Amino acid sequence: MTEEKFIFSSGSKKKIFTTIGAGLVLMVLGTIILLNKGHHSAHGVAEHAVEHHGSPTWILRIIKDLWLNTVFFSGIALVGVFFVAFNYIAQAGWSVVVKRVAESFGYFLPVGGFIMVLLFLFFQHDLFHWTHHDVYEPGEHFDEILNGKKGYLNTVFFLARMVIYFALWYLIWKNIRNNSLAEDLNSDLKYHDKSIFWSAIFLIVFGVTSSTSSWDWVMSIDPHFFSTMFGWYVLASWFVSGLSMIAIIVVTLKENGYLSVVNSSHLHDLGKFMFAFSIFWSYVWFAQFLLIYYANIPEEAIYFVERLKNDVYSPIFFMNIFINFAFPFLTLMTAQSKRQAIILKIVAIAIIIGHWFDFYIMMTPPLLKQEGGLDVTILFIELGSIMIFGGLFFYFILNGLSKASLVPKNHPMLQESLHHTVHL
Amino acid sequence: MEKGKNFVLGIFEDEDVLVHGVEQIRTEGVKIQEVFTPFPVHGLDAALGYKPSNLPIAAFLFGMTGTCLGLTMMIAMMGYDWPMNIGGKPYVPLPDFIPITFETTVLLASLGMVGTFMAICGLGPWNNKPFMFDPRSTDDKFVMVIDLAKNKLNNQQIEMILKNHGAQEVNFKSLN
Repeated sequence: MTEEKFIFSSGSKKKIFTTIGAGLVLMVLGTIILLNKGHHSAHGVAEHAVEHHGSPTWILRIIKDLWLNTVFFSGIALVGVFFVAFNYIAQAGWSVVVKRVAESFGYFLPVGGFIMVLLFLFFQHDLFHWTHHDVYEPGEHFDEILNGKKGYLNTVFFLARMVIYFALWYLIWKNIRNNSLAEDLNSDLKYHDKSIFWSAIFLIVFGVTSSTSSWDWVMSIDPHFFSTMFGWYVLASWFVSGLSMIAIIVVTLKENGYLSVVNSSHLHDLGKFMFAFSIFWSYVWFAQFLLIYYANIPEEAIYFVERLKNDVYSPIFFMNIFINFAFPFLTLMTAQSKRQAIILKIVAIAIIIGHWFDFYIMMTPPLLKQEGGLDVTILFIELGSIMIFGGLFFYFILNGLSKASLVPKNHPMLQESLHHTVHL
Repeated sequence: MEKGKNFVLGIFEDEDVLVHGVEQIRTEGVKIQEVFTPFPVHGLDAALGYKPSNLPIAAFLFGMTGTCLGLTMMIAMMGYDWPMNIGGKPYVPLPDFIPITFETTVLLASLGMVGTFMAICGLGPWNNKPFMFDPRSTDDKFVMVIDLAKNKLNNQQIEMILKNHGAQEVNFKSLN
């Protein structure tokens, strides 16, 4: 078959840069709005906020959004690599035609890692309560629970872990990617075998680091709270967003005349993935909720008290369940809806928005207390931050996508994928 | 099976030949009543022009019955018949009931589907000698059944068409 390459036109680049620019403008506007209305409530916030926090709410909110988006989009990038890896290990044939899309997600990993390390170095005291020295020293702020977690939650080990995660993910992805590119030039089967080897290594690394990274980056924002389901919960959220991102990009490429080899059966399989893992997310979410509800241990239950019994966050909490469970469940239920590109795209966009709010509800309450609810400023600050990070994400992965053929040329299962048919 | 009917049986040995044969034979105007295969053949339903089964509707109805029965059972027991204070929770704690509701839904949906399927197919303890056109369809042959009364063509014409499209042998069977 003829080589098909994605052309990252200057028009698309311009659109992405415009989006990033508009996002910056929105964030600045939102900050101005927040500063104007924030004066009268500033005193109340200061009482609620943890004593150490010197930064005013608007700075805290921007830092929180930067962190949230970095974690969210790095997770999506990671899931792209995960998708490639588990398809190699499962010897899946159907996914070969969409493999390059998932593979290109790895190009965002070093960017996400770089931003995350910078954010942690500069804003750790705003984001993470446990980074303050005085909670470990005898005195007014001494915290016995945090002192007990000192072996794991300390700045040096945390930073080392962060660098190691990204380094491992990036290096393994680089190996898989290089073998995949080398396979395009030379049909030797050894590249396929090497890809399987590196995929196996990735799955082992990912199995551990997906949990530990979500403890680090999400759960330790609220350092007293812990839940053994949290790693899975974050993984499920990342995974279903990543699958939706793959579906969006595949459908959009198809709409623009690329990837003509992708037929409705491939879309059907992507839709099944989104459907199944939306339910998986709901299952994990509910398993965590039910255990905490039933056991009713104060340091666990506080997580749901903060979110469910709070007028500021309970709308987001219920919207989260609706948009991430009920909506994809009902929309993608029938086989026909999974095969329609437009329905798949709508649901995928809804899932990504829903899971962005899932991360929002995980991170915001401990950081912003009563100041993080749904109001007009969310359309400026939060939307702006999504536009900036989404723009960056798309810039790097589309740039990576344009570097190689859209469909692997010598993948041993290419023919199976080209003739893939789901019988109804 | 209805008595007094005459059937043509086309015996095929290969599933790809069968699926293509079914398409060709249908385009030549022969109405196929049924094809018996030793294992599920992908694409055969579409080739035969079958509509998707209505079994999912039965599954949904049975599942909803399970949901209602499960919830009713728990609310009646835990809320009214013998209320117990468990961990200070309300007498009717809905989150706690969800796993059990899920289980009763799945239980009734699956049992109901099996029951419906067996009733439709006439399978059950009352039917210990099921009718078979050709017992080899449970082993290694694919058996295509054509009802002569529903076709305008005669025996010889149908036999010719079947042989042309890959049937290894063609038999006639009359029920009486």
